[in-house]
Amino acid sequence: MSLNPNAPRPKMEARELTLRYGTKAAIQKVSLAILDRRVTALIGPSGCGKSTFLRALNRMNDLIPGANHTGTILLDDMDIHDRSVDVVDLRRRVGMVFQKSNPFPKSIFENVAYGLRVGGMKDKSALEQRVEKSLRGSALWDEVKDRLHESALGLSGGQQQRLCIARAMAVEPQVLLMDEPASALDPIATAKIEELIHELKATYTIAIVTHNMQQAARVSDRTAFFYMGELVECGATEQIFTNPREKRTEDYVTGKFG
Amino acid sequence: MDRQAIMEQGLTQPLVAPLLSPAARRRQLREKVIAGFITLMAFTGIAALILIIIFVAKEALALFTEPEARHEASLSKMFLAQDVAPGRPPFRWQPVSKVPKVSMIPLFVGTLKTTAVSMLVAVPLGVFGALFAAEFAPRRLRELLKPVIELLAGIPSVVLGFFALMVMSTVVKEALGFDRPLNAMLAGLGLALAIVPVIFTVSEDALTSVPRSYREASLALGATPWETAWKVVLPAAAPGILAACVLGFGRAIGETMIVLMASGNADVISWSLGDSARSLSATIAAEMGEVVVGSPHYSLLFFIGVQLFIFTFVLNLIASTWTRRVVRKLTGGAS
Repeated sequence: MSLNPNAPRPKMEARELTLRYGTKAAIQKVSLAILDRRVTALIGPSGCGKSTFLRALNRMNDLIPGANHTGTILLDDMDIHDRSVDVVDLRRRVGMVFQKSNPFPKSIFENVAYGLRVGGMKDKSALEQRVEKSLRGSALWDEVKDRLHESALGLSGGQQQRLCIARAMAVEPQVLLMDEPASALDPIATAKIEELIHELKATYTIAIVTHNMQQAARVSDRTAFFYMGELVECGATEQIFTNPREKRTEDYVTGKFG
Repeated sequence: MDRQAIMEQGLTQPLVAPLLSPAARRRQLREKVIAGFITLMAFTGIAALILIIIFVAKEALALFTEPEARHEASLSKMFLAQDVAPGRPPFRWQPVSKVPKVSMIPLFVGTLKTTAVSMLVAVPLGVFGALFAAEFAPRRLRELLKPVIELLAGIPSVVLGFFALMVMSTVVKEALGFDRPLNAMLAGLGLALAIVPVIFTVSEDALTSVPRSYREASLALGATPWETAWKVVLPAAAPGILAACVLGFGRAIGETMIVLMASGNADVISWSLGDSARSLSATIAAEMGEVVVGSPHYSLLFFIGVQLFIFTFVLNLIASTWTRRVVRKLTGGAS
């Protein structure tokens, strides 16, 4: 596969990554590549370490006291834990959408503009353009264009989550990490988010953690199955769901446990 | 069945007396007794407050009803410049001199100066201290910092006043080159000692109750910890922080002992912080012990109390409307 020049290269890659909270290992020696402009789904039962792995990719685990790691994570062949890497720059390149929608208690416009403002963008018309572009990108523009300066907290749950996606996209990251972005949403809102993910993969590299196997099957190109802190199997989504190599994967995707 | 039908049925059918088990009856009785007790407690507190207001106002009212008091301490004598011999200040507070002078203006100025100094010092210290404790301090330090500052809130104000009088006064005088050791600056700094813990504690609670998800969202967008604290956490905690400042202000304007001990208590009108100042509350404390009960002077002191009450009340009113406005602005409407 690596000989094929058209094959996607890995955008991010974990090598032998072990992550501990204190002394308790949350993930053990995980080696996994997130391919460029592909959607990679991380699945597995609760507590299997998939969210921890996702949060390691933009160093959100740094915020948790006692979290430490061994192994390396590469972003375009650059070690993200290297001293020369500023974590703020890293997070601008690797954005994140959280499980629970978490818009700031500010207006819709200010929510999307926030990342741009802290990134130093001051020009008002440029800000407006980028906000509109991001909101269009997350298919929210038509619903909110007349109320941009109203509170984001007045939006519905699904709209709030799409706002969070717009907010993450506004800073134009290269990689978008999504931690169960639709788990708190109703089926219609979920469908909208999934549709959005389909569109976004033309421009972004996406890693998505999900509890919902159908969702993983629908949105992803590749699927990685985590179990008890280990990466059991990773491959093309179709292969994982129809012809898994490992017994544990098969048991999980067929619903024997979970 | 529509409502009408249900109601008619209820009217026509005889009511069956509900059978309460003894346990249920006891339970209901207990609930009633407890609810009654709590209501009584609540109304006792409220009644005490109302009685205080009535009593203070009643004592002050003599100022407007008794002819002698009206002559000696009319509103114009309290609030307007008086014709006095040339070279003498037109506003003076000397209620027990041969010709009593009862201008409130020096007391207002003194209160304003000491309160302003204390707020200017205590608000940044308290709020930034809280921001440090909530956002930047390592957990161990934070766990140490919070109880220590709360302990400071428990120091009696007479001790703080004593400290200001004996220790801080020379330092402040030397450092700022003032003529007098006891001045508005010193009183303001002493007051700040008393209100920093109040502002710190309430602000810190407001900051720590900001959901962690806001911080994570901000950091994940490439904001620095400082940008996160300043642009997300602080605005989200703004109502609580404003409440903290109002509480601090209320304490500062009403605090008596520190000002009494550290301000010098001279009834001068000047905007210099190096001059002595006499505050409303310290005036009551200093003179109440020696005043003739029922005299105009006595009523005047109660009138000062009424004014203090009105100031705090109006300030609270302004602050709460302002808070609502700020919240609306920050959240862009909802909630």
